[in-house]
Parts: sequence; structure tokens; C-alpha cells
Amino acid sequence: MSDLTALTLAGARDLLGKGEVSAKELTEAHVAAVEAARPLNAFITETPEKALAMAETSDTRRAAGEAGLLEGLPIGMKDLFCTEGVLTTAASHILDGFHPTYESTVSRNLWDAGAVLLGKTNLDEFAMGSSNMTSHYGAVENPWRREGDNRPLVPGGSSGGSAAAVAARAALAATGTDTGGSIRQPAAFCGIVGMKPTYGRCSRWGIVAFASSLDQAGPMTRTVRDSALMLRAMASYDSKDSTSVDRPVPDYEAALSGDIRGMKIGVPKEYRVEGMTDEIEALWQQGIRWLEEAGAETVEISLPHTHYALPTYYIIAPAEASSNLARYDGVRYGLREPGESLDEMYEATRGKGFGAEVKRRVLIGTYVLSAGYYDAYYNKARRVRSLIARDFAQAYETVDAILTPTAPSAAFGVGDKMDDPIAMYLNDVFTVPASLAGLPGISVPAGLSAEGLPLGLQILGKAFEEETVFKVAGVLEEAAGFEAKPAFRAA
Amino acid sequence: MSVDKDTVAKIASLARIRIDEAQSESLAGELSNILGWIEQLSELDTEGVEPMTSVVSMTLPLREDDVTDGGIPDKVTANAPEAAHGFYAVPKVVE
Repeated sequence: MSDLTALTLAGARDLLGKGEVSAKELTEAHVAAVEAARPLNAFITETPEKALAMAETSDTRRAAGEAGLLEGLPIGMKDLFCTEGVLTTAASHILDGFHPTYESTVSRNLWDAGAVLLGKTNLDEFAMGSSNMTSHYGAVENPWRREGDNRPLVPGGSSGGSAAAVAARAALAATGTDTGGSIRQPAAFCGIVGMKPTYGRCSRWGIVAFASSLDQAGPMTRTVRDSALMLRAMASYDSKDSTSVDRPVPDYEAALSGDIRGMKIGVPKEYRVEGMTDEIEALWQQGIRWLEEAGAETVEISLPHTHYALPTYYIIAPAEASSNLARYDGVRYGLREPGESLDEMYEATRGKGFGAEVKRRVLIGTYVLSAGYYDAYYNKARRVRSLIARDFAQAYETVDAILTPTAPSAAFGVGDKMDDPIAMYLNDVFTVPASLAGLPGISVPAGLSAEGLPLGLQILGKAFEEETVFKVAGVLEEAAGFEAKPAFRAA
Repeated sequence: MSVDKDTVAKIASLARIRIDEAQSESLAGELSNILGWIEQLSELDTEGVEPMTSVVSMTLPLREDDVTDGGIPDKVTANAPEAAHGFYAVPKVVE
């Protein structure tokens, strides 16, 4: 394995800064790693030529004394971010051949900071899924395997390609988006760090929209420090996204003091859900002890409406999706299937262009928004969403952060749970409540299952207190000392 | 809440998605299961609770009503399956 692909994002930054390696060398090593990682199917589009050109420009910029925050660091970009002139698919057949004529704000921020594009990473179609199985471009394989069992496992989803690429050392870091857990759950399944910031912290402009009141971009990295570094480059106020928030972006790395003495960490009793494995419970208890040993005080808290978060999510997210996906009509983008009339053309295009899970969600969304059901379903869900947000607000009157598991199990097999949508939805039971409340959350790899698979713990924080989340996550990371490596590593 | 095949066909037509006979059969079962599961929200008393409109309390920003963009029809239509003279082209519609 190449030493350069084994670096952390912050470690590579420091080497570049000292002139011990060039962006070109670092990028060449990663271009080779992306190629070596092809068996995972983590990338939909590889951009080696663009990567090398960007790296050379970066070396020139650095020589001129103009190095940005991520100068010369090669990363993967979830294929949900529009990238100017580079195929952008959202892993859907309906976006065939779509080459955006503009750049998303988050990717623009990353390029402005000096980052280098390795390629566009695979995902669940339109980010709808928890397994990366719904991609039109095929499933992604998790680089991890169960001990003594070579059957492929899912990387989680929807940011499964990003998680697999980072875990397999094919990219130093990658972007993700999280609507109900799509950064945190795949991070947990692949043994990496995934951070969903507060709603409004990163601009949604130029990200293919799934559920606009929930979607947030965030970093997927191998360490908490890398996560802090990358979020600083991604976040900004953006006048093109009216829900983006105009606050200064702090230096998140500076928050990693390791000192959590006197902090109060909540442990929500309602997260002890049916079907959670004993080893997840044991890891959670271990996490509580780690934080206590570091000087924090842990207290049991109640988030009484937790049980209703998933059904609420599965009304609100499909409702917004059915509206957002109305734009794929065979007129403006990608695929067009012929029809005798305009309506037939729409129906044929959307019937062929959308996969099964996307259809299911658009139909559910259309149903809950239709005349006669709008109040009973959609408005009811929005009321329950207010109650869920209130639960967190009340808890945060007494605690600074909250500790929970990230997912109820380790990664499952490719093809499992596909015949039961609700069983699949239950993967997000611990991540969806904070999404509904717009709060920041991070998943940190904290241990291995009995079968040798990574398990994650989640830290949730108050709105716009990412610094607290990073600080607690850093302590957790240090205490867990997670050093295990996946079976498959590129290069 | 249980939905039948006819309801599925009606929703699919509202959503402009073509589905065949076999699909509408299996979708009726799947959608009934999902809707049955989300039905549990009706247990909750939400009397007097305001539906959430914005997850972060903020006032939407206003700007001057100026033209700040435009004049790029070629870029706008660059990804259209069919475009002509700076317009999107669609099948002839006579009703």
C-alpha cells in the first residue's frame, strides 16, 4: 500500500506545506488507487485527467504562496453535486448524459480551497436508500468483510460510494449528503468519520434536491480532525440558497482541544430500540464510560417522540421528493422516451427513468399531498416534526451534546432487506430524529462487531455548535483508538 | 390505510409515472404496508401544535428585485434532449 494513500487529509496537508510531497505526486498515487478500487464500484465517473491538471495548477498556486485550506488534496465528490462539465447522474437513469453548466456552491468552495477532484462517487438513486443498492450504476461493495466470510456487504447509503472510497484509501476524503442519515450510517458501516452539519451550514445550491427541508452536505473522512478541516472549507453563506445561514465559519480544528471536563452528555433512553444488537448496546455503554473517564458527566435524558421520527420522515421526505423530482420530465435534462402526447412522453420517460425505490417514494409523496390526505398525513407529520424538535430543545436545556449509536447493526449483505422497504428504513432509526430537527451529528468509528465489522457511535449537538460536536467526537476517537483496516485496500 | 390497484393507477397518473399491471399489483401491497406503518402518527395528540415550516428559526433574506442573471439560453438548454433556437422542444401538442 502506498504511503501517500495511507495519509490522513490533515497529514497530507502538513506534508504538502513542508514541501515534502507535491500535489502532483499525491494525486498520481490516488488516481492509481481509484483505478485499483474499481472492484468496489465506488465511483460512477473517474476524472484522472482533470485531477492531474488540477494538481499541477495547485502546485503552481502553492509556489506562488497562495495555498488554500485544502490545497492539493485529492477528494471524491458524491455524484449528487453538480460539477461543471463533468457528468452528474444522481445515480439515476433519468439524468443520462447530464453535464451541468454550473458548479455547486459546496464543490466550488472546495476547489477554491485548492482541493483536487478524483471523480464522482456512487450513491443510492437520488440519495434514496440506506444500502447503495438502488443505484442505476450498480451496487457498491463495502471494503470490509466479515471474518472468515467473503460474501460482499453493503457500504450503507446513500453516500455509499464516498464511504467505500475513503475507507479503501482511494480518496483522502469525500463529500456526502445527509437527508435522514446518508452520511452517518455509511460512515459507520465503513469504519470512517461522517459529519452532518446543522441545516443551513452548507449551501444546498447545485446539489440535486431530494428533500429540501432536510438535505445537508458534509464531509466523509478517516479522522475527526480531517472532518473539521474539510467542513470549514465546505461551509459558507450563499445568497443562492435562501436557507443558508449567514454566520461566520469557525476554525473547527481549533475546537479539538480534547478537554470535555465538566460537559454534560445526554443518553436518550428511547434509543434503546427493539432489534438493536447486544454488541451495539455494549459499545454504547463503553462510549458512556469513555466520555466519563475524560471528565464529562453523562445523564439519562428523554426524547419522548423518538418512536415517531421514522414514520414522520417517511411522509415529509417523499412529499418533498415528489415535488422536487417533478422537474425530470424528459424536456430539460437527460432521458426522453417518446410518447404520442406530452403526457405520454412524461409518463414513459419517468416510468423508464426512475428505479423502483424512487417510484415508491414519489408515489407515497404524491399520495400524502393529494386532496383529502394532505391534512391527515403531511400536516400531521409537520406537527410531529415540531414535537421532535421540541424534544431536542428541551434536552439541550440541560445537556451540551448527546451520545447514541449510529445504526442498529453492522453492515449487512448485498441484496439483503431489499424485499422489505420498512426493514430497510429502520437502518436510519438513530439518525433521522436529528435530521428532522436540523441538528448537527457525527459518526465516529468506535469498535468492531463480533464478526469483525466496524461500528459507529454518534454525537449530536445543538444547532450551529459543530465545534462542541467535534470536540466530543475527538475525545471519543482518541479513547476508541480504532485502528482496524478493511480487507480491501486500494494501492 | 390500504390502497388498491386503482388507487395506485390514479396516483401514478398524478405523478406522471407509467407503471404496468404487474407493477401496480406489487406497488399496491408495498404502499399499503408503508401507509399502514406511518398511520401510527394518528396515536399522537397534536392539537395546538404548529406544523413546522422552517427547521432553523430565521427570517428569509430579501434582496432588491433586480435582474442579476440571464442571457444564457444556450447554457440553459444545453442538456435538453431536444432544443431549437434557444428554446426547449417538445412533441407537438394538439388538443
